Amino acid sequence: MACIEARGLRKSFGTTVALDGVNLQVQEGRILGLIGPNGAGKTTALNAIVGLTPYEGELKVLGRDPWTKRDHLMSDVCFIADVAVLPRWLRVSQALDYMEGVHPRFDRAKAESFLGKTTIGRTRKVKELSKGMVAQLHLALVMAIDAKLLVLDEPTLGLDILFRKQFYDSLLNDYFDRSRTIIVTTHQVDEMQNVLTDVVFLDRGRIVFQCSMEDLESKYLELTVNPENVATAKALKPMSERQVFGRSVLLFSGADREQLSALGEVRTPSVEDMFVAVVGNRATQAQGAGR
Amino acid sequence: MNSASNVMNESPAATQAIVPAAVSWSRQMYWCVRRELWESKSVYIVPLAAAGLTLVACLFNVARLPERVRAAAALDPMQQLEIVERPFDMAGLLIMGATFLVALFYSLDALYGERRDRSILFWKSLPVSDTTTVLAKASIPMLVLPVLTFALTIVVQIIVLLSSRAVLAGSGVNAGAAWHHFSFSHASWMLLYHLIALHGLGFSPFYGWLLLVSAWARRLPILWATLPPIAIGVFEKIAFNTSYFAQLLMGQLGGGPERAAPSGTSMSMDSLSSPPPSEFLTSPGLWLSMLIAAVFLALAIRLRRHRGPI
Repeated sequence: MACIEARGLRKSFGTTVALDGVNLQVQEGRILGLIGPNGAGKTTALNAIVGLTPYEGELKVLGRDPWTKRDHLMSDVCFIADVAVLPRWLRVSQALDYMEGVHPRFDRAKAESFLGKTTIGRTRKVKELSKGMVAQLHLALVMAIDAKLLVLDEPTLGLDILFRKQFYDSLLNDYFDRSRTIIVTTHQVDEMQNVLTDVVFLDRGRIVFQCSMEDLESKYLELTVNPENVATAKALKPMSERQVFGRSVLLFSGADREQLSALGEVRTPSVEDMFVAVVGNRATQAQGAGR
Repeated sequence: MNSASNVMNESPAATQAIVPAAVSWSRQMYWCVRRELWESKSVYIVPLAAAGLTLVACLFNVARLPERVRAAAALDPMQQLEIVERPFDMAGLLIMGATFLVALFYSLDALYGERRDRSILFWKSLPVSDTTTVLAKASIPMLVLPVLTFALTIVVQIIVLLSSRAVLAGSGVNAGAAWHHFSFSHASWMLLYHLIALHGLGFSPFYGWLLLVSAWARRLPILWATLPPIAIGVFEKIAFNTSYFAQLLMGQLGGGPERAAPSGTSMSMDSLSSPPPSEFLTSPGLWLSMLIAAVFLALAIRLRRHRGPI
């Protein structure tokens, strides 16, 4: 059974279409990065998955319908909406008490041990903590839940680089095992790259690209063409082209590495390069069409 | 996403799925109510402060009791009774007034505040249903505050009663005639009955309405809570030159439509007690108020499910 199965998922707010027929299957044990420009529908997709918003189409999360079964589903799903959703009046000890009281899969000892690695005092209120400490607290609460699916929506927005690195390190080292699934949206694609097993690019409510990281590394090549070879290279039908320091950089799918290396420098593209190539191209095309 | 390694992982996942995961509803309810008390400290601080203030005021009153009983010696026993009873009634009324205000403001903010500070996203990330959350919030004005009011009033009254007796005994005034008619347990029962009948059940449509508005309004819930009733009243007055709606609301606030005419002058514990229990329980007004409150709460639960942060 797939952890998440969406078929023809649609959601519109008035005349704005946030999700326009999304088909997605996420298997257990994957770490999926949902990447897209602002307003692409990432948050709407996550909200549908955790039962915060009604939708059209078919969606099953751990075999359940999230909109009608949110309270049951949330026993097995954790969700960090963004950095600042813990209520400011809540004390750390109260957060632990409450979670222990209402959550069947919350392990208080685990949360205490995560908190023990930080400088967060038990009697402190959320409003007295720095933004980074609030994120640490929320992560400690969530990691102490024995959940099957973890949904993160920009979990590190506004945190400095050290906190961001620490956040993903704890997630990978202390939490993730192959029976859990993680979905994360982020703008800091480069920092997440090594964490992810799969990427999905979302643009204007549609999935425009999806690929596992292994495939990304084996299938796609980026060529910085030597000026004299530009015409030859373009004849090989690149997916996209951009200019860096006056030289053409072409992205190829399924091309022969040896053939390309004769024409210039070849390297494996990063997720960011792929994103710019795929989504940036669409944006230019859309602008062109609009004229 | 294709995943070849998936096959290997099916066994740990399968064992995980078998573990039953449930927290009993009463336990969740308990923690949700405690959560409300953590957030809204005014729910217990204001009644405690009101009780403290009332107690001090009553003790001043008690200090002057002997001279007033002496002055009233010529009066008939019922008037004497009123003199010894007055501090009790005042104590009850002051604490009730304070808790009523707390209940109104609490209800108006209960489902609005969590949307304004975005914490609704955290609460909704936990396996607690909207029904449990809304009922826990509704229990504060409808159950917790009346019970707290009762307990505090009884404590204040016992202290006042004991000190009155001590003061009267010490001053050698014979107030036997007055005490003869005074029954503390009767007064307590009347108080409890009044709190449950009027504050718990009779006011429930108001609390339900405020909770509904606080789940619905995007801004200024206090305006949305007050303007529609005022608008209906004004419309009725202009269009038909009647004021049934206003009378209905005032009657409900005064203890059921049957008592729409305010008795005003005599505010003793017996007059607080609304109609007698048998009559009260069978009155259609009570069942109608409870039905209206239930409809408002059901709508509030539905709204909370659909609403996100503002």
